[in-house]
Amino acid sequence: MREILLQIDGKEVKAREGMTVLEAARSAGISIPTLCHHEKLEPYGGCRICIVEVEVRGGTQIVVSCVYPVEQNLVVRTRSEKIDRIRKMILELLLAHAPDAFALQDLAKEYGADKDRFEKEASFCIHCGLCVRYCAEVKKKNAVGFVDRGTRREISFIPEIASKECWNCKECFPLCPTEALQAAFVLTKALYSPPHPGPEPRG
Amino acid sequence: MENERIDQIIDKHQSEASSLIQVLLEIQSENHWLPKEALERVSEKLQVPLTRVQHIVTFYKAFSLVPKGRHEIHICVGTACHVRGATRVLDNVQDLLGIKSGETDLDLKFSLETVNCVGCCALGPVMDVDGKIYGNMAPSKTADVIKNYE
Ligand code: SF4
Ligand code: FES
Ligand code: FES
Repeated sequence: MREILLQIDGKEVKAREGMTVLEAARSAGISIPTLCHHEKLEPYGGCRICIVEVEVRGGTQIVVSCVYPVEQNLVVRTRSEKIDRIRKMILELLLAHAPDAFALQDLAKEYGADKDRFEKEASFCIHCGLCVRYCAEVKKKNAVGFVDRGTRREISFIPEIASKECWNCKECFPLCPTEALQAAFVLTKALYSPPHPGPEPRG
Repeated sequence: MENERIDQIIDKHQSEASSLIQVLLEIQSENHWLPKEALERVSEKLQVPLTRVQHIVTFYKAFSLVPKGRHEIHICVGTACHVRGATRVLDNVQDLLGIKSGETDLDLKFSLETVNCVGCCALGPVMDVDGKIYGNMAPSKTADVIKNYE
């Protein structure tokens, strides 16, 4: 496969064709924050925290590093005043949904994001899609999915599948950057009564 | 809705997963809503995960997961219709049917929705029943329109 040379934060980085900027950066030990990225899953580009600046045709552009493919001689900057400002804004918006998420709090410290900037709308889910995609792509069970859209979008377990599969798996729980996933599962379990109850207790 | 009928619709689309939305739309227009059993059937036959079916039917407003009336009434409350008195038309229809916008009557005869501009503002206030447009509506005319539907 063709080798591609690019520059990230002033460092020469070798990458393979088809890699994303994020992968190239990580392979060179340069860190870019991510929230919705997972090595085992298809790139998603949902959270936008991983944005970087690239130089194209004399100008700079903001691109999403976890979905942007590497190019020969591409010049990438992973931090700049502008990027930091955008990341801070993204974090503040996400914190309005999930103010207690550790993953967000750590990043908030780094970027000086104020968790109280926007009115709280505590849905606890930041729509990273990690749970939904992990269940579909890795486990192939499709027990959890998104429903609705816009501000009302949320995750939802299919009770019939969840009651069979989830109890012994729960591999998505640690992926969730907030507590939303576990809460949704507990709720589903509480509300679900299987259509065929077990045998009558003998008395 | 009978499973046989759902299967017929699915067969018409050669059980192609890419026809998911078409299949759902056809069931919706015949049955006026999508019961859970229908979604499960479609998911199974088209080999599309139920999570995906659910995502789609909750995404588009064209689908309903609760029973809908045989006739769908839309009252336009877009800007042009609004200034021409759409609110009074809406109030009047709500009184006539005894349901509010977003609701369905107990006989499953009518469902009422408001919409924001159906694209013929010059005819405002506009009301549409099952896709047929009634223009220049006035509170005094709604009863005449509604009594045409059984
Ligand atoms: S529940 Fe958690 S893992 Fe799932 S989409 Fe929401 S934030 Fe992401
Ligand atoms: S990690 Fe790139 S958009 Fe979420
Ligand atoms: S506002 Fe009612 S048709 Fe345009």
